[in-house]
This record gives sequence, C-alpha cells and structure tokens, in this order.
Amino acid sequence: MHIDPIEQFQIKNLLPLVNIGGHQIAFTNSAAYMLVIVFLVSALVIGTTARRAVVPGRLQSITEMSYEFMAATLRNATGTEGMKFFPFVFTLFMFILFSNVIGLIPYSFTVTSQLIVTVIFALLVFFIVVIYGFWKNGWRWVMLFVPKGVPVYFLPMIVPIEVLSFLTRPVSHSVRLFANMLAGHITLQVFAAFIIMLAGYGVIGWFGAVLPFFMVVVLFALELLVAVVQAYVFAILTCIYLNDAIHPGH
Amino acid sequence: MAATNATTAAAAGQSKFPPFQSEYYPSQLVWLVLTFVLLYVLMARLALPRIGSILAERSKRIADDIAAAQRLKERSDAAYAAYEKALADARAHAQGIANTTRERQAAAAEETNRRLEAELHERLAAAEKSIAATRAAAMGNVGAIAAEGAAAIVERLIGKAPAAHEVAAALAEPGKS
Repeated sequence: MHIDPIEQFQIKNLLPLVNIGGHQIAFTNSAAYMLVIVFLVSALVIGTTARRAVVPGRLQSITEMSYEFMAATLRNATGTEGMKFFPFVFTLFMFILFSNVIGLIPYSFTVTSQLIVTVIFALLVFFIVVIYGFWKNGWRWVMLFVPKGVPVYFLPMIVPIEVLSFLTRPVSHSVRLFANMLAGHITLQVFAAFIIMLAGYGVIGWFGAVLPFFMVVVLFALELLVAVVQAYVFAILTCIYLNDAIHPGH
Repeated sequence: MAATNATTAAAAGQSKFPPFQSEYYPSQLVWLVLTFVLLYVLMARLALPRIGSILAERSKRIADDIAAAQRLKERSDAAYAAYEKALADARAHAQGIANTTRERQAAAAEETNRRLEAELHERLAAAEKSIAATRAAAMGNVGAIAAEGAAAIVERLIGKAPAAHEVAAALAEPGKS
C-alpha cells in the first residue's frame, strides 16, 4: 500500500482551457475548490440573511457575528477611515477561513496550502497598502519609515531596517498561512498513514493502531483551531498593514 | 520509513514539491483572481450592505422600543402621581367636610343649650314670681280668716257675734292677745 502525504497538495488539470504565451490555463481541482468556497461563503452570507429576520436564526447569527467581529477588528486597527476596506477584509477572511476549514474534510483540497495563493493574497494586501498610502498621503507616506522620537544620528540605521521589515511583510504574511496549512495537513496524513500501516500487521497492529488514531483525533481538533486562527491572523495582519497606509505616523 | 517512501514517491512521480510546481501558477492565478473578485463583488454589492441594514434596523428598533417603553413609563408615572394627588385631595376634602360638619353641629348644640337655659331661667323667674304672688295673696287672706275664726270663737263664748270692726281692732292690737 502506497501512502504519500504530499499527494494531497498535487494540482490536477481537470480541463485544459487556453494557452497564453506558453502558459497553460486549465480548470484544476484547485479552481473547483475555489468555486466551492465562493459558493459556500455566498450561501452562508447571502442565503441566511435573505429573510432579513429581526430576530436572527442560528445561521443568520453566524453571519452577523462574522460581520460584526471583522468590523470590530478592522475598526480597532484602523479607525473609522479604514472601514472603506471592510468588504475587502471580510472577503479575504471568509475566503481563507472557508478554504482552511474545507481543507480539513478528508480527501478534499486546501486552496491555502498552495504557496502561490497565499503569495497572491499577501502581495495584493502589500500593493493596496503601498498604492493607497501614496494616493492618500502623498510623499508624506514615506514618513512611515521614520519613527518619531528617534535621534537623528540613529536614522541612517533605523530607516533601512524599517524599509526592510516593510518589504519582507508579504513573505511572512504569506508563508505563515501556507506553512501552517501545509504542515498541519502533512502531520495529519502521516499519523493517518500509521493507522493503516499498523493495521496491516495483524491483531497486535490493530491495538498499536489505536495510538495514532487517538493522535489523529487530537490533531484534527488542533488543526481546526489552527484553520480558524490562521484565517483570523491573516485578516488582522491585513488590518494592521492597512492602518499603516491610512495613518503612516507611528 | 513513511517519510522516505513519500520523498521517493514524490521524486518519482513529480519532479518538484507540488506547491512549488510553477507550471500551475498561471492557472492558480487566473482562477484565484476570478473567484476572489466574484466573491468580493457578491460581498461588497449584495451581502454586506444587507447585513449592515439588518443590524442598523435591529438597533433602531431596539432603541425605538426602549424609547416607547420610557414614554409609557413616564405616562404611567404621571397617571400614578395624578391618582395620588386626587386621593390626597379627596382625603383633605373629606377631612374638611367632617370638620365643618362637626363645628356646625357643635355650634348648633351650643345654641340649643343656650336657648333652653334661657327658657328655663325665664320659667324659673315666672315660677318664683307666681309663688311670691300666691304667698302675698295667702298672707292677705290670713287676717280675714283670723277675724272669721275669732268671731266664731267669740260667738260660741258669749253667744253673740261681735261686730266686725271690734274684731278687726282687737286683732290689730298684737300686744293684748
């Protein structure tokens, strides 16, 4: 029996569509899951609020709690001026949250375990911050890299560090989510593979298989926590970075 | 064991670790942009304004209900105060009526007493007057009776009735008898 913990991340071309400049664009399993995410998020957020109930049901409460939670997070980080980014942050949070949670269903595919996906999100946030920062504040925005209250003779040292830490944000922002998803899924798969391998050794193996089985149950609960927390972390970091674009003063 | 299996299998099947297979990046990019923009439009245009309006409507309704409850409470407080006031007024009024009635009756009783007393005094005076008159009259008659008695005694003693003026003269001389 062959069990490969990496195979779950493999992208498969389900339907080749076009070829642009030597790059093949295909409908992949990843694209299918992206569509599932869009469908499920819309079904939750739009479907449950269709009745506009004054006294919400359970699902409508979930939608409203997500809304109010993200709105409070964004408002705390950026103030009222940042609320124009609320649809963006909410969409980002829901997309990543659903991707992470759907990925925990056995045999499913995790969109956010693809480095390119988290890099695209992180770069999107990065460029929104840079472009909006310049558009809103003009050249004063570069004062973001000059902390207040630092002696002038320290600035030649501080400013490059600030610029560097700003430029590396997309890296940490994207790799954090990607690595969490990747490592969690590999761990789950490895322990699940132990169950099957031990069960292949007969009766003694069956008893031995109880241990990795217990581990899988515990790890699954942990991964569920990680899936939600990482979506939240990605969203709150986005809020904090957006705050730099809106209020560049330290 | 499993790890070595995995790496060898991965090495055999695909040249690279799947998340780093750059030949799939264009597909990923295109589909991610398409689905994310679709979701963004759905959220920004449809879902979020709707949720916002639901929440605003709810908080407005709660505020309205609280205001209405406050208004009703004020009205009930006012009604209670009015009731208390009316009760106090009625009580004071009843007290007043009772007091005036008591005073009037006391005055009437006093008046009756005084009148009766005066009447009694009058009658007492009249009675005293009539007693005095009667006594005077009786005292007047005493002389005549004494004369008559004396005449009768004298007639029995001497067999002849004395003349009236002799009797009267004899009676008028108190020292001789």
